[in-house]
Amino acid sequence: MQMTVTNLACARGGLQVLAGVSFTLASGQVLVVRGSNGAGKTTLLRTLAGLTPPLSGGIGVLPEAIAYAGHADGLKVQLTVAEHLRFWAGIFGTRGGQTAIDSFDLAGLLDRRAGTLSAGQRRRLGLARLLVTGRPLWCLDEPTTSLDAANTARLIRAVTAHLKGGGSAIIATHSNLDLPTGQILDITPFVAKSLPRDDPFGDGAFA
Amino acid sequence: MRGLLLRELVLAVRAGGGFGLGLAFFLIVTVLVPFGVGPETETLALIAPGVLWVGALLACLLSLDRVFQPDWEDGSLDLLATSPLPLESLAAGKALAHWLTTGLPLAVAAPVLGLILNLSGPGGLWLMLSLAVGTPALSAIGTFGAALTVGLRRGGLLLSLLVLPLYVPTLLFGALVVTRAAGGQDPVPPLVLLAGVTLATLAAMPFASAAALRVNLR
Repeated sequence: MQMTVTNLACARGGLQVLAGVSFTLASGQVLVVRGSNGAGKTTLLRTLAGLTPPLSGGIGVLPEAIAYAGHADGLKVQLTVAEHLRFWAGIFGTRGGQTAIDSFDLAGLLDRRAGTLSAGQRRRLGLARLLVTGRPLWCLDEPTTSLDAANTARLIRAVTAHLKGGGSAIIATHSNLDLPTGQILDITPFVAKSLPRDDPFGDGAFA
Repeated sequence: MRGLLLRELVLAVRAGGGFGLGLAFFLIVTVLVPFGVGPETETLALIAPGVLWVGALLACLLSLDRVFQPDWEDGSLDLLATSPLPLESLAAGKALAHWLTTGLPLAVAAPVLGLILNLSGPGGLWLMLSLAVGTPALSAIGTFGAALTVGLRRGGLLLSLLVLPLYVPTLLFGALVVTRAAGGQDPVPPLVLLAGVTLATLAAMPFASAAALRVNLR
């Protein structure tokens, strides 16, 4: 499965953030998205995942192929780890549960409620959900937040295995991940020029 | 869809879910009314249908800001929106879960509370029936209001202001069913109209809620 993004313009909260983003991502490949804080990495990923409609341009892949993992892990403090994984497996109609548990070392935490997990453990559960979705294209937004070195390595192993299986991944991150066959997309040149940097309301009043 | 319903019910029952809150509120409002109105049984019986229906309506409002707001805050609404579950099904499932945890308990408890307000024998039965038929509409409209206000800070008050006027038809016909039953008249015509309001609401609201969610997720 190949993803061809052409001349994509994205907006956040009604303001244009990015313009003219183009790239091609073949299966088995990973794309690392770079850019300073506020450049529009999250906006780009949300647009690709189908949460925000693009202003213009094409994505070339249906949102149904994409598994999105954002800043928030989407965990319910009252539900246990096993209940979370079972819920998402039910929603996505898959049975990838055991691989997800093994990949992120969750076996010892299955009966713990998400409210009692540490930040790193919560993130591992959030990432394990990706394996449950069974979708070929992962969109990860800062996936290494709160992960220690051992678990960052687990993430990289999971991504590598996903790529070997014919999947692909788009990862927005600031850290240097040791990923195979990676291409890098720096979105700084695509930041929409129409948005003045020193205009807090974006209405041109300070232009 | 079944998984979603199960999750919502588990979340409602476990700590912090707010199950029983609406019921307790309904109980307290009903008990407070005789204190305010006075103990004359004729007066109480006269106002009982209206008071019980308004009480049930307000009790339904209480938990509406829990329908989408927690999912929005912890990010699971984004994840659900990118899942194979259509937003329409999500809204329908949420409304059904809200009804099962709020409207249904209210309908079951209402005849007992009717006794406090001296609601006569057949009145209690028809009260239960009218609530059972009418509260699904309250949950569906409330889910739409919750979808409209999701993501707003302190959206709860705005939600009440948006939703309460839309509750008027249900309140009108619902209270009329009980008034007519208690007065010995035929309660079936307003009950049929109440069911009509509920069915029309159930048919339209999942689509309206999904559209509102799509706008708010941008």
